[in-house]
Amino acid sequence: MMKRRHVEEAFFKILMIGSLALVAGSLGFILLTVIIKGLPALNLAMLTQTPKGGFYLGKEGGILNAIIGSLYLALGGTLLALVFSLPLALYLQAYARRTGWADIVRLALDVLWGIPSIVYGAFGFTLMLALGMRASLLGGIITLAFLELPIMTRSMDEVIRMMPHEMEQAAYAVGATRLETALKVVTRQMLPGILTAVLLAFGRGIGDAASVLFTAGYTDRIPTSLMRPAASLPLAVFFQLGTPFPEVQKRAYASALILTVIVLAISLGSRWIAGRLSRYTIR
Amino acid sequence: MAKNISANLTEIRPPRKSFLGRRESDRLASRLFLFLSTVPLFLIIVILAALIYRSWPIIRTHSIWDLLAGQVWKPIQGLFGFYPFISGTIWVTVVAMILAIPPCLLTAIYLVEYAHTPLKTVMKPLLDLLASIPSVVYGVWGLVAIVPWVQSSLSPFLSRWLGFIPLFRSDNPTGFSVISGSIVLAVMVAPFIIAVTYEVMHTVPEGLRHASLAIGATRWQTVRYAVLPQVLPGIVAGVVLGGSRALGETMAVLMVVGNVAKSPTSIFDPAYPLPALIANNYGEMLSIPMYDAALLGAALVLMLMVLMFNVASTLVLRHILRRSA
Repeated sequence: MMKRRHVEEAFFKILMIGSLALVAGSLGFILLTVIIKGLPALNLAMLTQTPKGGFYLGKEGGILNAIIGSLYLALGGTLLALVFSLPLALYLQAYARRTGWADIVRLALDVLWGIPSIVYGAFGFTLMLALGMRASLLGGIITLAFLELPIMTRSMDEVIRMMPHEMEQAAYAVGATRLETALKVVTRQMLPGILTAVLLAFGRGIGDAASVLFTAGYTDRIPTSLMRPAASLPLAVFFQLGTPFPEVQKRAYASALILTVIVLAISLGSRWIAGRLSRYTIR
Repeated sequence: MAKNISANLTEIRPPRKSFLGRRESDRLASRLFLFLSTVPLFLIIVILAALIYRSWPIIRTHSIWDLLAGQVWKPIQGLFGFYPFISGTIWVTVVAMILAIPPCLLTAIYLVEYAHTPLKTVMKPLLDLLASIPSVVYGVWGLVAIVPWVQSSLSPFLSRWLGFIPLFRSDNPTGFSVISGSIVLAVMVAPFIIAVTYEVMHTVPEGLRHASLAIGATRWQTVRYAVLPQVLPGIVAGVVLGGSRALGETMAVLMVVGNVAKSPTSIFDPAYPLPALIANNYGEMLSIPMYDAALLGAALVLMLMVLMFNVASTLVLRHILRRSA
């Protein structure tokens, strides 16, 4: 006869394993859905051509405009965010480690991280109206940089916090200034983590639709200048799904598959790169 | 011999003369960094100010009560009631959290208290992958998998057996409903809630677990009576933080909730959350008077809702995680 508490133990253990399977299963379910729906519609033309006449009625063409547009947007946004977030993260750890001000800055970043991307979109649009800009690649890049800044900075901040204190102290002890320590010791030692943070933000940026909806616009051409509108993959999925034609909707599934593959490749790739690079850090 | 040493000595170069001295550049960088560190706070204030400024025309001409509690949304007649959208947002988010909380907490507990290292090393990247899937892809999944399932199975089944409860009544023939949005949203916030719960549970010292196990408690009893009471505030804060993320989710929800501007009364009713309202109507907003002010007002309401939950839960979480560090 099992005691009641052992029955309880077994019961909750089953529940927990079931929950774990449910969570892991949802990932599989989502990936499987996207693959099954997207793979049949995927072909080389999708990847290598821009939309031709009547593309949105089911005629030929591809979504190269959206793929390139998304890469431009996310690359630009990530670079712009990096310019601010690396110094910011170094400042938080090397200069203001435990001060009240650092706490306030971290809180502000956490709050920014939580602001919905549609609000960033609305704000970006307002900003562009005030500056007299039209929907353009630059507008999208700036909005994405706002969105990515807190993600990148807080991730870097958390990574740099893991650095052994002694290493910094050793640098100070041989007479390095804070700036030299931050740039030549902290940044090098924490390079794998910093890169992971950058790629995390990049992945978030390339998959975000709501923020570029009003700021980057949409076009069938590959953008040639910062002031031109730019298409993006998430919006390509969204717009193609919105048409009543099954042919076009199939392409939306294929576009979703392409987007998923890019994002998963970034996520897995960042792990791999971080693993490779961490060989060159001191342990 | 002596000559050799002096030759070596001359090879030790004096420090390179840079444009700025080392101390000066450190001081300059310190000032620059301090300036940079004001950017996040400044950005929050600017976003709030911009939204208030742009929605000012509608705040000035309509009473706050009419806006927040108004049931009718007819921009052409100048009627801007946010109530259906606010209630739609809350419905979708609350149902999503109810769906997400039990499996997420159980998963996190299992990972912290039971799982061996191999399982942990598999689950971590898996959850990262789940978190990295773009919202529009979640939307596609909802559209092709969840909406038809709700329409053909869940809605007929629940409304048949539990239809006497208003919450499960269904007069919506499609699957575009609160519950579809909530299911998608629940999966989207799962990695976040699991990660926060995991981290919070790790703050409990191992000794406490050992003590509990040593006096003969089972693992579950240890979790239930020794660990959870310690971390309950942190878990609540993590869940609220996850909820504040869910409030603002746009694309995935927009694609599956049906977007009908009427307060839902059942989980099978369509809803129209605030983010969907903004995303759907931004294109035509400049053609109708006050429309843009109303939509930015909607963004302001959304932002204030998110800020309220976000700031409170972040502060609680920080306090708890700090205690352990």
